[in-house]
Amino acid sequence: MGQIVLNKVQKKFGDVEVIPPLDLTIADGEFAVFVGPSGCGKSTLLRLIAGLEDVTSGSIQIDGKEASDAPPAKRGLAMVFQSYALYPHMSVRKNIAFPLRMAKMDKAEIDKRVTSAASVLNLTDYLDRRPGQLSGGQRQRVAIGRAIVREPSAFLFDEPLSNLDAALRVGMRLEISELHKRLDTTMVYVTHDQVEAMTMADKIVVLQAGVIEQVGSPLELYHTPRNVFVAGFIGSPKMNLIEGALAEQHNAKTIGIRPEHVQVATTQSDGALQGTVGVAEHLGSDTFIHIHGVAGCDPMTVRAAGDVTVRHGDTVYLTPDATQIHRFDNDGIRIP
Amino acid sequence: MATQHSRSAARLMMAPAVILLLGWMLVPLTMTLYFSFKKFLPLRGDSLGNGLEWVGLENYSRFVGSSSFWPSVQATLIIVGSVLVITVVLGTLLALLLDQPMWGQGIVRILVITPFFVMPTVSGLVWKNMFMDPINGILAHLFKFFGAQPLEWLSQASMQSIIMIVSWQWLPFATLILLTAIQSLDSEQLEASEMDGAPVLKRFWHIILPHMSRAITVVILIQTIFLLSIFAEIFVTTAGAFGTKTLTYLIFQRVLESQNVGLGSAGGVYAIILANIVAIFLMRIVGKNLDR
Amino acid sequence: MARAVTNTRKTVNTVIAWSIGLLIFFPILWTILTSFKTEAQAINDPPLFLFFDWTLENYAAVQERSNYMRFLWNSIIIAGGSTLLGVIIAVPAAWSMAFVPSKRTKDILLWMLSTKMLPAVGVLYPIYLIFIQLGLLDTRVGLVVVLMLINMPIIVWMLYTYFREIPVEILEASRMDGASLRDEILYVLAPMALPGIASTVLLNFILAWNEAFWTLNLTAAKAAPLTAFIASYSSPEGLFFAKLSAASTMAIAPILLLGWFSQKQLVRGLTFGAVK
Ligand SMILES: Nc1ncnc2c1ncn2[C@@H]1O[C@H](COP(=O)(O)OP(=O)(O)OP(=O)(O)O)[C@@H](O)[C@H]1O
Ligand SMILES: [Mg+2]
Repeated sequence: MGQIVLNKVQKKFGDVEVIPPLDLTIADGEFAVFVGPSGCGKSTLLRLIAGLEDVTSGSIQIDGKEASDAPPAKRGLAMVFQSYALYPHMSVRKNIAFPLRMAKMDKAEIDKRVTSAASVLNLTDYLDRRPGQLSGGQRQRVAIGRAIVREPSAFLFDEPLSNLDAALRVGMRLEISELHKRLDTTMVYVTHDQVEAMTMADKIVVLQAGVIEQVGSPLELYHTPRNVFVAGFIGSPKMNLIEGALAEQHNAKTIGIRPEHVQVATTQSDGALQGTVGVAEHLGSDTFIHIHGVAGCDPMTVRAAGDVTVRHGDTVYLTPDATQIHRFDNDGIRIP
Repeated sequence: MATQHSRSAARLMMAPAVILLLGWMLVPLTMTLYFSFKKFLPLRGDSLGNGLEWVGLENYSRFVGSSSFWPSVQATLIIVGSVLVITVVLGTLLALLLDQPMWGQGIVRILVITPFFVMPTVSGLVWKNMFMDPINGILAHLFKFFGAQPLEWLSQASMQSIIMIVSWQWLPFATLILLTAIQSLDSEQLEASEMDGAPVLKRFWHIILPHMSRAITVVILIQTIFLLSIFAEIFVTTAGAFGTKTLTYLIFQRVLESQNVGLGSAGGVYAIILANIVAIFLMRIVGKNLDR
Repeated sequence: MARAVTNTRKTVNTVIAWSIGLLIFFPILWTILTSFKTEAQAINDPPLFLFFDWTLENYAAVQERSNYMRFLWNSIIIAGGSTLLGVIIAVPAAWSMAFVPSKRTKDILLWMLSTKMLPAVGVLYPIYLIFIQLGLLDTRVGLVVVLMLINMPIIVWMLYTYFREIPVEILEASRMDGASLRDEILYVLAPMALPGIASTVLLNFILAWNEAFWTLNLTAAKAAPLTAFIASYSSPEGLFFAKLSAASTMAIAPILLLGWFSQKQLVRGLTFGAVK
């Protein structure tokens, strides 16, 4: 049903090539997440799929049908915008019913679908309100409701949670994931928050400057980042990337070690790296210690147990787990 | 936003407006240009059907050569300029006043806008007869009350009278736009400057006035468009006598009263040139000022 | 203490503002009052303010001399028709400019505005000839078209400024929801821009109602609107202040009432969407 295939898709704005030719396949029912730094072209890519922008060259197939020249309405996709883009002059009910009205569906069927979408999204009590009278989370739900009633072949989300506060974001994240499990429909989700990407995705697409750096499942990306950029981008806190003598010892230009793969001790042991504690962030469950003085990587971040009691200025000794070291060559590409 | 679909839709949807306006501009303009090189006196039997005699630039030189030409350009510019100055200055003062706290602000605002609703023929006639009539006009009564000799407004102070009438019509417009602009001024910004102890005049000069510059531009632009072509106010009051013959009115007389279409058309071309000079000048400022 | 000061200030403001407001309004007030006087009372020395014998005879006289209803009806058709037609043509154009802007958008907009600066008198005779050719002279259709054209730039400009305040994303959402361009404009854009459209319509209705160059020069008996109705009073015979006032009042009353009742939208419209 909802397979999306991008074939050598390229996008230029005037003379500026925002997305160089790119291939990507999103399987039916998959939850694909586009991540990448701001301005890397995530929204542009999503809008190309939606049909809100034209591809400069290449083609897009949806459900096996050529869609590059189809207008948005004909692509059978639904989109949830960052700003929600609700119709302010319509009640919640009318907002959700709008796509069905446009599809000239009969009234009884519209009512049925709106009612059921509202109950799924806990909006039943708000159906007669205007969007202006709702909270951010409720508005987001209305936007999602408007998308699901159409039963589209795929959902497109452009940073749908970035206007919500942290607590609400976690809740909505779960709701969207649950929705995906229940509907089993393809979802393409844009975010620059890599926690969202890791927790929600079946497949993550890491973009940088319009180029796909890597495509894979969250754990694939975590365990075998294809290059330095992905290594640094996926994982929180970020992977420590070390250059210089230490890297050369491993026959690499750069080596990477995740904070959770470094042992920290207050007593010297064989082959350990020495450093000074800068800031220690106590989260309760974990402590993230930022350590200065390690050659080639300043500061180095280390994850320790929640009850570690190191203090600013303490000298500590670090032992990376040798089996968890990622090696990268001169071009930043992973050495297997 | 910009897909091929929406771009071609946009072109299509813009077409009617653009084509209509283009036609509205080009067709009569071309005809005017054509007539301006011809001898065209409909009352003497000249007509398009019989073919018109080519006279070259004679109409142009005769129009400029006529003793009424330069005075008419001057009258036009004086009227437009004076009305602009009067309405902007008084409008600013009035807007500042209306922005102050008071009782019945809404009603005062209605009183102030009302002249805008009055059609030019009515305001011309009302002012001419009931206010400026040297015997029975209100102003005559007022002058007599203070022991002065009543003025024959429309002949002795004809330009001033016209300027007064037109300013009265356009003052509401200026006031309201400027008032809107003042009301949008961040009150925090003003309070901050009040806290800094900036004196009232300084505050006006350095904070309020710059904030209003865009609004003033809009007032000037729109009023100029309408003022360059004022007609009815003169038509029903002085009928162009006593030095109030604007370029518009002069051409109107050539074409309709003396039925000299060729000469009038040459005048029309001059008027178009004058309007364009003003337009280029205005568009410069406006283009810059409206972008923000 | 502070309160007392502000109250004094407020009182002073009120007195000054009301005086100026009444001064500006006075010509209209005086016209209305005079319309209820007899001709003799109208030119009484000193002028009579409120204490005179109120009469309706002037209205009757004006009605007898010229058929008011016909002029009124012409004004309504001409102003209403030209505004409506203008909006119908301008909405799509403004949509294009606001939501699919290109490098030329601003140029087109300024060009449109500059056509308003073309002195009407410069093209009067050609239009006159064209009107004769097409049989449009002294017809309402002809005036509807001309006034639509002269007001179009302003309508486009105002709608453009109002439309630009509407987030593109909402229109894009409607497109994703399967709305055609027509649906998008009719069900999403127009309702959202309704206050702006209302202001535009009101203001242009008033401008068209009061337009007094083309209406005077292209009409004779049949299609003449109120501007021409009143212009026929410019050459008086005998005592006529009261009748002139009655005719004036009749000419401006409809638009005055409309303006007063829709004051809020109108004030918004008066700024031509250019000042917020
Ligand atoms: N209409 C446009 N015209 C020209 N350049 C554009 C246009 N839209 C986007 N761009 C450029 O394309 C690049 C990618 O933009 P895009 O909005 O896709 O980034 P993004 O990854 O979504 O970023 P963010 O995380 O900040 O939303 C940016 O450099 C942007 O400046
Ligand atoms: Mg984006």
